[in-house]
Amino acid sequence: MNRPATSHAATVLYAAGDSEDRTAAEVVKDAPNDAPTPPRSPLRRLAGRLSVLGLIGLAIVVFWLGVAFIGPLVAPYKGGAITSTEIFGSYSAAHPLGTDFLGRDMLSRVLYGTQYTVGLALAATLLASGIGTFFGLLAAVAPRWIDEVLSRIFDALISIPSKVLALVVIAAFGSSVPMLITVAALAYIPGAFRISRSLAVNLMTLEYVQVARARGEGLFYIARVEVLPNMIHPMLADFGLRFVFIVLLLSGLSFLGLGVQPPDADWGSLVRENIGGLAEGAPAVLMPAVAIATLTVGVNLLIDSLRRHGGRAHGGGK
Amino acid sequence: MKAHAQRLIAARLGLALLTLLIVSAIVFGLTGLLPGDAAQQALGQAATPEQVAALRHQFGLDQPALTRYLHWLLQAATGNFGTSLSNNLPVSQLIATRLPNSLVLAGLTTLVSVPLALAIGISSAVFRGSLLDRALNVLTLSAVAVPEFLVATIAVLVFAVKLRWLPALSYLSEVDSFGTLLRSYAMPVMTLCCVIVAQMARMTRAAVLDQLNAPYVEMARLKGASPARIVLRHVLPNTIGPIANAVALSLSYLFGGVVIVESIFNYPGLASLMVDAVTNRDLPLVQGCVMVFCAAYLVLVLIADLCQIVSNPRLRQR
Repeated sequence: MNRPATSHAATVLYAAGDSEDRTAAEVVKDAPNDAPTPPRSPLRRLAGRLSVLGLIGLAIVVFWLGVAFIGPLVAPYKGGAITSTEIFGSYSAAHPLGTDFLGRDMLSRVLYGTQYTVGLALAATLLASGIGTFFGLLAAVAPRWIDEVLSRIFDALISIPSKVLALVVIAAFGSSVPMLITVAALAYIPGAFRISRSLAVNLMTLEYVQVARARGEGLFYIARVEVLPNMIHPMLADFGLRFVFIVLLLSGLSFLGLGVQPPDADWGSLVRENIGGLAEGAPAVLMPAVAIATLTVGVNLLIDSLRRHGGRAHGGGK
Repeated sequence: MKAHAQRLIAARLGLALLTLLIVSAIVFGLTGLLPGDAAQQALGQAATPEQVAALRHQFGLDQPALTRYLHWLLQAATGNFGTSLSNNLPVSQLIATRLPNSLVLAGLTTLVSVPLALAIGISSAVFRGSLLDRALNVLTLSAVAVPEFLVATIAVLVFAVKLRWLPALSYLSEVDSFGTLLRSYAMPVMTLCCVIVAQMARMTRAAVLDQLNAPYVEMARLKGASPARIVLRHVLPNTIGPIANAVALSLSYLFGGVVIVESIFNYPGLASLMVDAVTNRDLPLVQGCVMVFCAAYLVLVLIADLCQIVSNPRLRQR
């Protein structure tokens, strides 16, 4: 019943990134076609909507998410254990990804680091998108002056480059895991706010919202029941991109030595620690770099493919 | 005669100033309100409480927050950001010695990246759906997703370590001819361009595609205009506004990118000054650098807005 608005909102967002030649009407038509087919698992539905590149992206993302959860369990050695006398060792049976600058097993270091890179970024993205969406909805639904105040504040925040903002906060409060999550979230709330606000403002002009208003529904009800469900899909695509930016920000900070502090290490700090092995092309510096690149490129391929195929793929069963 | 456009420009200017004001409040709020920290930091752990209190009084840290903010703001407005805690030089002097270097780096990057990005963006929009377009799409998508410290590391590995064409660090003091200038700037500029070109090209493609779908393009096609004429005479003038916006947004990303690139190549610019300040927790210096970064960002956005106003005949001739 409220589907048309979704595709409307979706086209608003997708038009900015990539204007594929699908009109809103086409997207709407697709929706009922799904209904008669026997129920498929959400994953199959998702896969059906993706191009080859998108599937590769999906596989990479699922792989890294899996590693983030079970990484330490399957790691051959304890994360900080020095297991070899050889530093910057090459690929071998005992150390599939070589050894680092202290002779620690690189495979285990990367597996443990995945938790930090993926976990921190996931937590920060959830915070950023959640808070951004909340304020975006508030700005769209609430009286005009609240919208003005919120928009000015977030416009100001967005004009501080994210890395610079992160540096300021770290300069003031020091670097710790909760602080890093806060910093990354703070840097990307304004972007999430802007997108969710523009989506919600567009939705607010649609007939069914006006009907709800005429019925005398409260603002909270309108925001929760009429607007929010219809902007969830574009916000999920935005969530993916925001995740990539936050991974890049956090690993950049770690690379500068201002992120995750030793002896713990995310992928960014692994590159930093082992930069001495660069000259000899040691796997210790290449592997974490490859890990970062595959994760971010993978998420990007997935999101790009979802957008091109009319979006609305996440949880398509609903 | 041009009153309408002038009013718009005045409004934009006012908005930029308001944003800068809010930014200053945010920055001061984050860094300036930590009581005693700066004094404690300056004296070290061994300081007696009396010494700390005396220094706090000398720094003016015992004043109410609002008084301190207004005092700081008035001083900052005249270009005085106080004295650096780590080397007792005026912050404005430190910034003045580093800022030109950063501007040269940014300028060179702009000179290289803008034409390249426009060429990529426009050609992939014109040949939409072709193999070229799809190849460029995957290429730019990956380039956006790779962190700049990775690009820089790989560039050092390839050009400095393996091929020995370029120096791994930028020594500006040795620049005496055009050849050495090119050598010392090649890698930082290349690294910065990588991400920026990709971003700008994607946004340019979207903007041009948006116009190519407009009815007037179909009209031009129907009356028999050549594809080159359609793009150059009809489409491009209409995309100046969006493209200026895309360029400004991407270039503003430069302010984040330089943070990493300047530290890797040991380039004596503003961003590496700021990273050092963060490491030393030299808050006055951090505040000064952030305000310069944000002012530069706002100037960029302002220029883009002005381009949009000036390039729109409907606003110009009123």
